[in-house]
Amino acid sequence: MKTEPISNLERVLSEGRFAVTAECGPPRGANAEVIRKKGALLKEVVDAVNVTDNQTAIVRMSSISSCAHLLALGIEPVMQMVTRDRNRIALQSDILGAYSLGIQNILCLSGDHQRFGSQPDSLNVFDIDSMNLVRTVYTMREEGTDMSGHLLDGSPRMYIGAAANPFADPFEYRVIRLAKKIDAGADFIQTQCVYNLERFRQWMSMASGEGLTEKVHILAGVTPIKSAGMARYMAKNVAGMDVPESIIRRMSQVPKEKAAEEGIAICLETVAALQEIPGVHGIHIMAIEWEEQVKIIVERAGLLPRP
Amino acid sequence: MIVGEQKPIMEILQMVSPHKKLLILGCGTCVKTCFAGGEDEVTTLASVLRLALKTKDIFVQIEELTVERQCEDAFIAEAADAVSRNEAVLSLACGAGVQAVARRFPRSLVLPGVNTTFLGVLERRGLFTEECSGCGDCQLAVFGGICPVTRCAKKLLNGPCGGSRNGKCEVNADTDCAWHLIIERLSAQGRLNQLRAYVPPKQWQASLSGGPRKLIREDHVI
Repeated sequence: MKTEPISNLERVLSEGRFAVTAECGPPRGANAEVIRKKGALLKEVVDAVNVTDNQTAIVRMSSISSCAHLLALGIEPVMQMVTRDRNRIALQSDILGAYSLGIQNILCLSGDHQRFGSQPDSLNVFDIDSMNLVRTVYTMREEGTDMSGHLLDGSPRMYIGAAANPFADPFEYRVIRLAKKIDAGADFIQTQCVYNLERFRQWMSMASGEGLTEKVHILAGVTPIKSAGMARYMAKNVAGMDVPESIIRRMSQVPKEKAAEEGIAICLETVAALQEIPGVHGIHIMAIEWEEQVKIIVERAGLLPRP
Repeated sequence: MIVGEQKPIMEILQMVSPHKKLLILGCGTCVKTCFAGGEDEVTTLASVLRLALKTKDIFVQIEELTVERQCEDAFIAEAADAVSRNEAVLSLACGAGVQAVARRFPRSLVLPGVNTTFLGVLERRGLFTEECSGCGDCQLAVFGGICPVTRCAKKLLNGPCGGSRNGKCEVNADTDCAWHLIIERLSAQGRLNQLRAYVPPKQWQASLSGGPRKLIREDHVI
């Protein structure tokens, strides 16, 4: 059984501190320097760096190897793993390999559909779903066995994350799904980007009413908006994203050269509001190709230095 | 039923052009219902091909025939004479029918004229929707009679992904989110709690993943 914190992220969360993580997207190529540069911008600014797994179904350097590059810099990674591209044999094998490299956090996801990516002709796998993946990592850690029940020679002890989208339909089922993920073995939950605070509060209060916020650490997702165009694009084109009209209007009302600043201001206001919501245990900053802003956000939010 | 769609005429033309005598063989069951390969489609396709080949100065003698089912040998046998007097057979059956005809007449060239697409239902006139993958391990009882293995683009068994919006799938706004339908139906039946239970990984061994399948009914074997 898991007793001592496995990772730094778990330590921060279990000590009841407000955790901060950030996202890092690997390059569309073999240039590890990209990861190192992003890592350097995030080191000591966040508790762990979350590395995406071929996000938006575009071929990139693997999450597992990008995590290894971060580890070499002394940065704790959270390895994202999607069930879109690998069957259960490959997933389990990569979990074992990742742990052997020192990767101690995993975020289990289904993954964006390949229709949205650069290679829509590819076959998707979805042998198991994200819920099954959470249970698999949990069973490996707690029982030391793989999906066949085989006793592993060295079991991976990973801190397990899963995703939740408080803004997707059907709303009434979202909390049931969260409960299922916790039962399956999730230790922490990372949410979709929060712009609609009202709806997020409603979801949190439903989760809290079910006693779920006592069982799992919830990290609320935030993404600073660069421009009014980006706000409109996300509202219209990104699946499962809820960007209220008020945010788009606010971004449109400032001159172009001040838009980024306004986006950061909105982000900081959101972070401040999130800190006040009972059951929110941290934030996850997804500053897409804007990693240099993460330090500014964390600093201005009063969340530096990290514990 | 099995739903199929006739191949584009250019692709068919390319396949049949080298042959002097062609039999277009229709099938009177599933592909008739979905307007891909029944008697009417055989007649229409034959006329279109004759015209198209004529404009290219290619001469192909075309014969037309439709049997009740191309997936059953007793019916295929009715086509034996017609097959033997032609150089090639363009079968308008599903992929199973094409293979059954090719098996029965191994020395004849059998070409596919239809793209077999899915196992579906006639939702309304002219609209066919995919409902079943033939996975060999039916779990419809768990999902309120709506199959997420077939109708969820990610085959999710434990609830919807984060991308559904207004009841539609993120992959295609014209497609209903299967999970939205499942939740709606079970809610209406007061059985939403059924979805609180963890659904274990699917056993794909019963599906095509385990290789081509066979069904033997000992009580019917002669």
